[in-house]
Amino acid sequence: MRSGSNLEKVLAHGDFAVTGELGPPQSNDREVVVKKAKAYKGYVDAVNITDNQTAIVRMSSIAACAIAAGLGLDPVMQMTCRDRNRIAMQSDILGASALGIKNILCLTGDHQSFGNHPTSKNVYDIDSIQLIGMVKGMRDDKRFLNGEEMKSEPRMFIGAAANPFADPFEYRVVRLAKKVAAGADFIQTQAVFDVPRFRRWMEMVWDHGLHERVYILAGVIPVKSAGAMRYMKNDVPGMSVPDELVRRMEQASDPKEEGIRICVETILQLREIEGVSGIHLMPIMWESIAPVIVERAGLLPRPVYDQDDM
Amino acid sequence: MIVAEQKPVAEILRMIDGYRRILVVGCGTCVTVCMAGGEKEAGILASLIRMAWAREGRLSPLIDVSEATVERQCEWEFLGDIAEKVAASDAVLSMGCGAGVQAMARMFEGKVVLPALNTKFIGMPERQGLWTELCAGCGDCVLDRTGGICPIARCSKSLLNGPCGGSQNGKCEVSKDIDCAWQLIFDRMKSLGRLEALGTVLPPKDWFKNRDGGPRKVVREDMLL
Ligand code: SF4
Ligand code: SF4
Repeated sequence: MRSGSNLEKVLAHGDFAVTGELGPPQSNDREVVVKKAKAYKGYVDAVNITDNQTAIVRMSSIAACAIAAGLGLDPVMQMTCRDRNRIAMQSDILGASALGIKNILCLTGDHQSFGNHPTSKNVYDIDSIQLIGMVKGMRDDKRFLNGEEMKSEPRMFIGAAANPFADPFEYRVVRLAKKVAAGADFIQTQAVFDVPRFRRWMEMVWDHGLHERVYILAGVIPVKSAGAMRYMKNDVPGMSVPDELVRRMEQASDPKEEGIRICVETILQLREIEGVSGIHLMPIMWESIAPVIVERAGLLPRPVYDQDDM
Repeated sequence: MIVAEQKPVAEILRMIDGYRRILVVGCGTCVTVCMAGGEKEAGILASLIRMAWAREGRLSPLIDVSEATVERQCEWEFLGDIAEKVAASDAVLSMGCGAGVQAMARMFEGKVVLPALNTKFIGMPERQGLWTELCAGCGDCVLDRTGGICPIARCSKSLLNGPCGGSQNGKCEVSKDIDCAWQLIFDRMKSLGRLEALGTVLPPKDWFKNRDGGPRKVVREDMLL
């Protein structure tokens, strides 16, 4: 075991993993985190806590992770390269580890122009691939990025993101291969609406044998309304949404129910694809729907392991 | 070349408020090429100031806006030419890049030197009326690995290992008006038959060469006198 996190155990056991995404509040209100975390409890194997998602200031991922861990959930600390340099990142990784956080998701981060502080100065000292390598070096070589040895190493299960829908399409698998070479243990993808394109991407993944070297969790988003579906299609960079799904949402008498149905159908299709080790649920501002989706997708009960299992 | 653009006139007027004798100094090099601060622009700005002051009824024999243009504001040897005019003014409004403004401030100690331009970047004219950034002067060039297209200056996130997840249809996630630098790099490496080079993980950049504390220096021992 690299980290001994619950997520790592599930994947190493060969179970189909379920992770969920939790956005911390734009305040210091811990109850918001508690409430969202409780909605996930028993329904997911790990919960990703976003890091100032879309460049909007929120409670830090590290703090919200600690709250979730306290409630018995397995947190995945997201870390973007946008806001910190390599000194701050390594410091936060040590701190997170000391707080019992065992998973990290290494991200480039949305550009600050999307958020509520567009005039801020971005950092981008290292990129997400270099971040993966840095965490791996800390864990496996017990060394800081500068090569200095550390006394005890942070045991982290290292995640990275992949977007099968961004361009240049041909380069996407090369970039995934770079992430794997840098040390990624698991991958969470951008939300899949366009299953055929995702499958084509997976074929490229097979060709490179990457599904045998890294666990791939496919992202899914339950959408509440036709407007939200159209927004995903037209305004979210790096997203592919087939017209057919927009039409289904527009024609539905109960759009919420239709959104759940589309999400569950997508999960069932993704499950059939070789090399997909699990799903990552991103119910943006709709965390309470997670149990319904996980249940209807036939993913209950979630496996439970003893403290010292494996 | 260095590309700059003129500050809004209102801001310039606020800046020079309170001074009576203004010398507008143009620069004959980069900012002439990007039409931000050459001889012609210095003449226009001086006229605009005169007109604005006339509207406010502030013109009198004691008030004077004059202009001059030097070959290069960023080199001492050219600044001597305007020493007299500078001495006769209360404040100098420099239409050079940031280096020009600072060179003048150092040359004419005790004189107020104000910037009339916003210095933007190192770039080139893309077409008539459009200049784009090409280099961020990072101090450790990687163009050999990126097909001659700079990921530091031209990628919104200065990424070294390929496009982020926001790259779509050749455009950057920040705006549909911005080319994704990594799409450009990919296309170029592909046409050069060098795509496999993009499969190598590049290590973290040595930013010390970019912002190492204090002004960077280039020393050529062989040229020192
Ligand atoms: S890599 Fe650095 S030096 Fe080379 S073009 Fe880009 S910013 Fe300029
Ligand atoms: S979309 Fe392209 S240019 Fe924009 S930040 Fe991402 S990689 Fe850089």
